[in-house]
Amino acid sequence: MTDAPVFAAVRCPNGHLSYPEHPVCPECGEPPDGTVDLSEHTAEVITWTRTTATPPGVREPNELAIVEFEIDGETVRALGQTTDAVEIGTTVEPVYADQLREPGAGIKPATGPQEYDGWRFEPV
Amino acid sequence: MASGEFEGQGGIMNALTADLGLSPAYSARIDQTSASGGAGIYAAWQSIRSGASELTLLVGGEKMTHRSTAEATDVIASITHPAEYKHGITLPSFAGLTARLYLDRYGVSRERLAEVAVKNHRHGLANGRAQFRTAVTVEKVLESPIVADPLRLYDFCPITDGSAALLFTSRERAEELRPDEHVVVSGIGGASDTHVVHERADPTWMDAVADSSNEAFDRAGLGPEAVDVAELHDMFTILEFLQMEAVGFAERGRAPERVRAGETTVGGELPINPSGGLKSKGHPLGASGVAQAVELYEQLTGRAGDRQVEPAEAGLACSVGGFGNCATTTLLEAPR
Repeated sequence: MTDAPVFAAVRCPNGHLSYPEHPVCPECGEPPDGTVDLSEHTAEVITWTRTTATPPGVREPNELAIVEFEIDGETVRALGQTTDAVEIGTTVEPVYADQLREPGAGIKPATGPQEYDGWRFEPV
Repeated sequence: MASGEFEGQGGIMNALTADLGLSPAYSARIDQTSASGGAGIYAAWQSIRSGASELTLLVGGEKMTHRSTAEATDVIASITHPAEYKHGITLPSFAGLTARLYLDRYGVSRERLAEVAVKNHRHGLANGRAQFRTAVTVEKVLESPIVADPLRLYDFCPITDGSAALLFTSRERAEELRPDEHVVVSGIGGASDTHVVHERADPTWMDAVADSSNEAFDRAGLGPEAVDVAELHDMFTILEFLQMEAVGFAERGRAPERVRAGETTVGGELPINPSGGLKSKGHPLGASGVAQAVELYEQLTGRAGDRQVEPAEAGLACSVGGFGNCATTTLLEAPR
């Protein structure tokens, strides 16, 4: 059995949240020292698009949104596919998908550093 | 950008040097994704200013049209962060996300974006080297298929094969060799923004364009008001607005008004993309930034024919990589 998937953002010693993780905090340069599971939180849609010209192995149409989480007074944004139509300001929650696009169908190989699972956003 | 990645051919600088019979000249490939042309100008300028080279040839080129649109889109999308790539993000999708936010935030109507495409297609009519030499109307743009809502087919540059070249030398040598056929790089600057697009505090603001432009203006001792003609990286219509604002040609949210008033059309106060821009001239990735400077060279030396801007003493080119991930701004001036 594998553990339940985690939608991991990281927190640095100064409290800044970032997603995805970087070796140092983009805001202050400190290495992160904690994680926050975004799947336990809701977010608000900042903007969205619905694209019909998708690369090999990507669903068509592909609906994408940039969403913003607010956690203990700090905000962090994420980009992701949406499960349904959204508008600016829609409240969404992350839902796990084991395959966001077909591994190996595009320019990147099926195995290697590129991950293909992740989190979609579903209107609440 | 991608010199080699569309064709599976590596070592392209060596192949070109050999084909041109220029061995044993030193050669290097400059990569900065779709801003490689601008980065090439920066590298060529550095080679002369440092004294390392007396004469530097810069060639930008890309061969793309043998790949399907979906494949070409994926090659370009591979520059994104893996956390973005896995969602099937494409550069056009970033444009759709950003355009929606811009229109919503500033209360701008969809027609204003179409007017950028109309203008740049109109300019392309007078450019014999443009990929598209066809006029379009606002109605035609708004009736074209949706690619990345709210953006439609005519909001996007095409997939293109093309090349451009520039020769760099010292000002003294240029005055000897070509007294009436050279222009001066009076300012240049380069900068980077985040790799991950959603990490930017304001997605409608292009930090790398602002920073590189400020650096170029400082070097030249000029400000945006001194620019007579500009070539901006209009890979998508929305990017022309964002660059106008980041360079300082318009206040935030006000670029559409200048385009609508005709101020950025040839014959207006500040013609933008008289070449037709990436939109009409085409966007062979590695060539585009070089071709922008070629257009400015022709404008500043009075060789632009039916698309000649008057007066044309100072020109600005902005070459953008990714969705604003990196940028180089070059200021060219006619010799005085």
